[in-house]
Amino acid sequence: MRVHAQRAGALLGGLSFPALSFADWTVNMTPGVTGTSNDIFDLHMTIFWICVAIGVVVFGIMFWSIFAHRKSQGAKPANFHENTLVEVLWTLIPLVILVIMAIPATATLVDMYDTTESDIDIKVTGYQWKWQYEYINEDFGYFSNLTTPADQISNRQTKGENYLLEVDNPMVIPVGKKVRFLLTANDVIHSWWVPDFGVKKDAIPGFINEAWTRVDVPGTYRGQCTELCGKNHGFMPVVVKAVPEEEYNTWVADQKAAAEKERELTEKDWTMEELMARGEKAYALNCAACHQADGSGAPPAFPALKGGAIATGEMAAHIDIVVNGKSGTAMQAFGGQLNEADLAAIITYERNAWGNKVGDMVTPKEIFDYKNQQ
Amino acid sequence: MSAVADTHAQDHHHGPASGISRWLLTTNHKDIGTMYLIFSFTMFLLGGTMAMVIRAELFQPGLQIVQPEFFNQMTTMHGLIMVFGAVMPAFVGLANWMIPLMIGAPDMALPRMNNWSFWLLPCAFLILVSTLFMEGGAPNFGWTFYAPLSTTYGPPSTTFFIFAIHIMGVSSIMGAINVIATVLNMRAPGMTLMKMPMFVWTWLITAFLLIAVMPVLAGVVTMMLMDINFGTSFFNAAGGGDPVLFQHVFWFFGHPEVYIMILPAFGAISHIIPAFSRKRLFGYASMVYAVGAIALLSFLVWAHHMFTVGVPVAGQLFFMYATLLIAVPTGVKVFNWVATMFRGSLTFEAPMLFAIAFVILFSIGGFSGLMLAIAPADFQYHDTYFVVAHFHYVLVPGAIFGIFASAYFWLPKWTGHMYDETLAKTHFWLSFIGMNLAFFPMHFLGLAGMPRRIPDYALQFADFNMVSSVGAFMFGSTQLLFLLIVVKCARGGEKAPANPWDGAEGLSGKYPHRRPTTPFPLPQK
Amino acid sequence: MAEQPAHKPAPPRSNARVIRWCLAGVVGMFAFGFALVPLYDVFCDITGINGKTSGRYESTEASAVDMNRTVKVQFLAQNGPDMPWVFRPVLRSVEVHPGEATTVNFYAENPTDRDMVGQAVPSLSPSEGTLYFHKTECFCFNQQPLAAGQNTKMPLVFIVDQDLPSHITKLTLSYTLYDQGEPQVALTNTTIIDNG
Repeated sequence: MRVHAQRAGALLGGLSFPALSFADWTVNMTPGVTGTSNDIFDLHMTIFWICVAIGVVVFGIMFWSIFAHRKSQGAKPANFHENTLVEVLWTLIPLVILVIMAIPATATLVDMYDTTESDIDIKVTGYQWKWQYEYINEDFGYFSNLTTPADQISNRQTKGENYLLEVDNPMVIPVGKKVRFLLTANDVIHSWWVPDFGVKKDAIPGFINEAWTRVDVPGTYRGQCTELCGKNHGFMPVVVKAVPEEEYNTWVADQKAAAEKERELTEKDWTMEELMARGEKAYALNCAACHQADGSGAPPAFPALKGGAIATGEMAAHIDIVVNGKSGTAMQAFGGQLNEADLAAIITYERNAWGNKVGDMVTPKEIFDYKNQQ
Repeated sequence: MSAVADTHAQDHHHGPASGISRWLLTTNHKDIGTMYLIFSFTMFLLGGTMAMVIRAELFQPGLQIVQPEFFNQMTTMHGLIMVFGAVMPAFVGLANWMIPLMIGAPDMALPRMNNWSFWLLPCAFLILVSTLFMEGGAPNFGWTFYAPLSTTYGPPSTTFFIFAIHIMGVSSIMGAINVIATVLNMRAPGMTLMKMPMFVWTWLITAFLLIAVMPVLAGVVTMMLMDINFGTSFFNAAGGGDPVLFQHVFWFFGHPEVYIMILPAFGAISHIIPAFSRKRLFGYASMVYAVGAIALLSFLVWAHHMFTVGVPVAGQLFFMYATLLIAVPTGVKVFNWVATMFRGSLTFEAPMLFAIAFVILFSIGGFSGLMLAIAPADFQYHDTYFVVAHFHYVLVPGAIFGIFASAYFWLPKWTGHMYDETLAKTHFWLSFIGMNLAFFPMHFLGLAGMPRRIPDYALQFADFNMVSSVGAFMFGSTQLLFLLIVVKCARGGEKAPANPWDGAEGLSGKYPHRRPTTPFPLPQK
Repeated sequence: MAEQPAHKPAPPRSNARVIRWCLAGVVGMFAFGFALVPLYDVFCDITGINGKTSGRYESTEASAVDMNRTVKVQFLAQNGPDMPWVFRPVLRSVEVHPGEATTVNFYAENPTDRDMVGQAVPSLSPSEGTLYFHKTECFCFNQQPLAAGQNTKMPLVFIVDQDLPSHITKLTLSYTLYDQGEPQVALTNTTIIDNG
């Protein structure tokens, strides 16, 4: 099968697209980089070979019958149609094989539910269609969005190496430490999966789930959301960077400093140009998935902003819908998700891009006051 | 198959009405069976077309043909139509045709209800398919319609989807009651339960499964309906509900449902393999007990679909062990089929080819099922293409090949003509190659980490997706050949002898073909 | 046609009887589908499998405090969709001895210009610990009204059972706060604490 597939694929691949040069012919699970993922891999291979062995015996007998007991070869049918001993045996033997399978499976499962104290706790919240990572013992957190440009998805641009598996802010964890994930979701059920860790757990709104990992090899590990969560289910990757501990500590310090800087950004005096520049980037990351990069939206679920009533109407109403969302629709309350600078930039951008010419702007400080004085 | 209708309408003085009302009002089990089969094939082509859209979009990375919203509608509708529109009605059609013939009954026990249960189906699917043209589009939350994606976040057409499911459920339940009443009350004298043909046995057990789980499906969609329209909070965490409860109730229906789709095929295969091996079925009694055991166990394994939602260790172990246990009776069935072939006198006409492919490929689906049952490994497989490969291996060469095998096996009985063997063998080989090409690479994709239900994928998945799409196009277009073969067979061809397959057994071989009304003489009025 | 006059001796069962039994089965299973909802709740209360902590705990006897063991209880708070309140635990975590009653507070603030009602939904991880986590007082037992611009500290009193399995050393209690719309009656400011 594999050989045939390779030939067919090589032929087709050769005929078509340069992007395919990135592709490979991986046919098996990878062992991964954690104890759990290695255990799962071993289990997977054990069961696989047991299945192959059973298959060889059963299909072997079948093919032998097909080969040797053909009517065209003059085979005369035998007359037997039951044999209690044989029937009891082929009920009991599979039972024994199943017990043999169940023993290592049980051991691995119990290991996966290890509840000993962790070194780091990270809260993972699924949103339509992004992940939020909060380092709950360090008091900072951020959203992790897909960064693959829309032009790559719509084939106007050559696809990059990590097409659909790249984010702006990956989760960062130290190697050799036990990291505990606390998973929940804001809207619908999502599922957080990093194949190399052997961790997959559903994030369910209103409920908290936990999983853990200990990564031994530094590197960048990529996965995806694995529970259908709506339109952009295929576009919410998981990226985790495992780094040495010192690097992790530096990173945490930087994150805290950045949080501080963000507060300063709010205080800063912004010009229209600065807001528009920041707004374009922030819009692409947070809004374009639904409202499209050119503001045309996808009515009726996702209204057009280009010439839209909100984006060209009252400033106060525009701020309200971006900060507080609109209940009963896909429009989320971004007030808690984005910082003031980004909120101000996005609103300003929406009012002055794609031929919208309202001409006014809102500063991060004003957004800050709005949020606190409502 | 319309030839059946036309030619013999006048042969009987109490024969059926003519024209369209013949089909609308018919209470004849054969006419209704024919309508079920035609309906099923129509739905098979419709659901298949949606599969072609899916595979065309996945031919290459990037979004080319459809947008993600529409892609999700396609995956959802493909699943719903194939499960409820293609596979289940096909088996009801086969049951209608064959059960009365096999047990020596003049018709089904409840012929008027039979007519009603058929005509509900086109209504249900008209509603379901019409959602594609509604504001906000068709259901887009997968055929498993997990809350809250399908409730709080569902499109406006969800209410119509729920209504359609209700009607299908009523239709299935009425069909099941009919089968039970027919089998229990109308067997020919001397046919005890343990002398019934396997197809009748498997259908009797399937009918009980339907009665047990279709009401649960009706219940779960009713709860959705109330959550959406009447402000209850069965599945809404904000009101104290639990989205995971939805999954428990759904899979309580869903797992027996997969056996509903495969047990009748087990029955049909248990007729075909002996017929072409010219040897009695090996281990009849153990086959019956195995089907019963599978049906009972199917109620105890539902949470193996939910290992990643956070079921505690004890629960995972229970469901893992129970699931592994199902492999025992399923294994017994496969061993019995192989033992039937062993030292037989085999020939390989189209029904036998499909039956052999059924045994091999269904077993492969069974093996991947065994792997999925191992809870820790399931954490890696869950919701990836490995699962897609698994259930397509169980359903396409399982249910669908079982239906094709049955159709070729019984077409001479239904039409009085032999089908074109060369075309049928071509149909088999193209389907076999196309199907494997389409679904085998999905195992690799899943193991390499490709999630299911995504409209676009990372570049390392590109090659196998292309292979898979090519296979899917091949499999899909081949099915038009089946249409040609059946039409050709219905319109004429070599006359079939009374018993076209020399190894076949049972009552259905003992009377002539092509009688649009009852095969056994009714008492004079 | 409902009952076919038979060409054989009277059928062992009448169709009407089969239909009656089947319909009884259908109705029974439909009811069972709905019965799964309370059954699931009872099942969860007994086994704690879904991490949903139960209602008010009525202690019958003063329990002894196990001073030799400490359990870390961690608190998480998040908002449901479109919930604009500020909502967070005052303390990120506390160390408690099994058996002792502990009080912690959650801070909530309604920054909008309209009166609102919130409902917090609890969830505990690992779910195995659910049975051993008793709340004697919790803001999640009732809906929380909060007037426009006001804030409040909401108390939670809990006891960790001494029978908590020894391999569990940390419990994480998470609350998700959902918007329940406008309050039924006008809010007074009596329950409201000022800023700070």
